[in-house]
Amino acid sequence: MVSVESERPGGELLVPTPVKIVIAGGFGTGKTTMVNAVSEIPPLHTEELLTEAGVGVDDVLGLEQKETTTVALDFGRITINPEVVLYLFGTPGQNRFWFMWDELAYGAIGAVILVDTRRLDSSFPSIDFFERRGIPFIIAVNCFEGAHLYEVEEVRRALDVEKGIPLVLCDARDRESAKTVLVNLIQHTMDRLDAMA
Amino acid sequence: MAGREDWWYDEAAGPLVRPYAMVRGRTRPLRPELHLVTQVRAMPSPADPDALSVEHLEIMELCRRPLSVAEVAAYLDVPLVVVKVLLSDLIQRGDVVIRDPSRVPQVPDRNLLQAVLDGVRGI
Ligand SMILES: Nc1nc2c(ncn2[C@@H]2O[C@H](COP(=O)(O)OP(=O)(O)O)[C@@H](O)[C@H]2O)c(=O)[nH]1
Ligand SMILES: [Mg+2]
Repeated sequence: MVSVESERPGGELLVPTPVKIVIAGGFGTGKTTMVNAVSEIPPLHTEELLTEAGVGVDDVLGLEQKETTTVALDFGRITINPEVVLYLFGTPGQNRFWFMWDELAYGAIGAVILVDTRRLDSSFPSIDFFERRGIPFIIAVNCFEGAHLYEVEEVRRALDVEKGIPLVLCDARDRESAKTVLVNLIQHTMDRLDAMA
Repeated sequence: MAGREDWWYDEAAGPLVRPYAMVRGRTRPLRPELHLVTQVRAMPSPADPDALSVEHLEIMELCRRPLSVAEVAAYLDVPLVVVKVLLSDLIQRGDVVIRDPSRVPQVPDRNLLQAVLDGVRGI
């Protein structure tokens, strides 16, 4: 574990700045696998309680009989330095929980959208979501069997993403490959920032 | 992880009993700055430990090093909303300090991005 200095000069407790990247894509595209590949801790698992109306203490804890459901989240952590910590969150399998997606996307520096070329359409909702919110994202084609049959430009056309969006090939199980994907995303976010300046 | 599913749909006790009990049935507003990655750090010791529940004290212990709300929920193995209720109490009492993520998602700080880039390259 990276040691964390306990205090700033002046006795104030040091609290790191959190940074978040979302790993999105359809079911079985390798989101959890990618989080596992780069996380410094065994990936963690937590749950949120939802009602049809959303989430909250009044909605969920106060009304015991009300119909509730849980949404599971997987996440990992990379301690950048004592002042910055990066979290990687996989999107939940069930696309219908859009409330959870909003919370996942809140403050995110960007998203990796994993794609399985055998089921391209399963990643369409993720692409739409991040496009609509103006959150920087890149496409990472997870190289399952048969992915080599497709050209990158063919996948780009099929997904209908604009030229400016990076599209990379990866193996979500491989740490170096997953690292490269993250590096590509962060660079893309920086490029977008520079373009706006 | 064993136990997660079984306590939740505990047929004998009925659903939602444990989280309800953990927050003692009281409902109060959640602090809006408690997001998934909001960093939580405990003060060296709680102002009035006798006023805190076992779960509050567990959080104080966990957060001797800074952790995110999501990590606290994962380590305590309780739903996020329960942890947010307990943390809201601790913030109110001044027993923990927090830092929430950037409020302006579209325009993150460039130096911060550079630090993250260097950090990821270095792992
Ligand atoms: N061959 C191959 N299998 C993979 C790869 N990435 C993930 N898998 C497997 O695909 C399945 C689904 O992956 P998972 O990460 O659980 O998908 P998720 O639903 O997006 O979280 C698992 O059995 C993984 O072991 C990959 O790059 N190549
Ligand atoms: Mg998964």
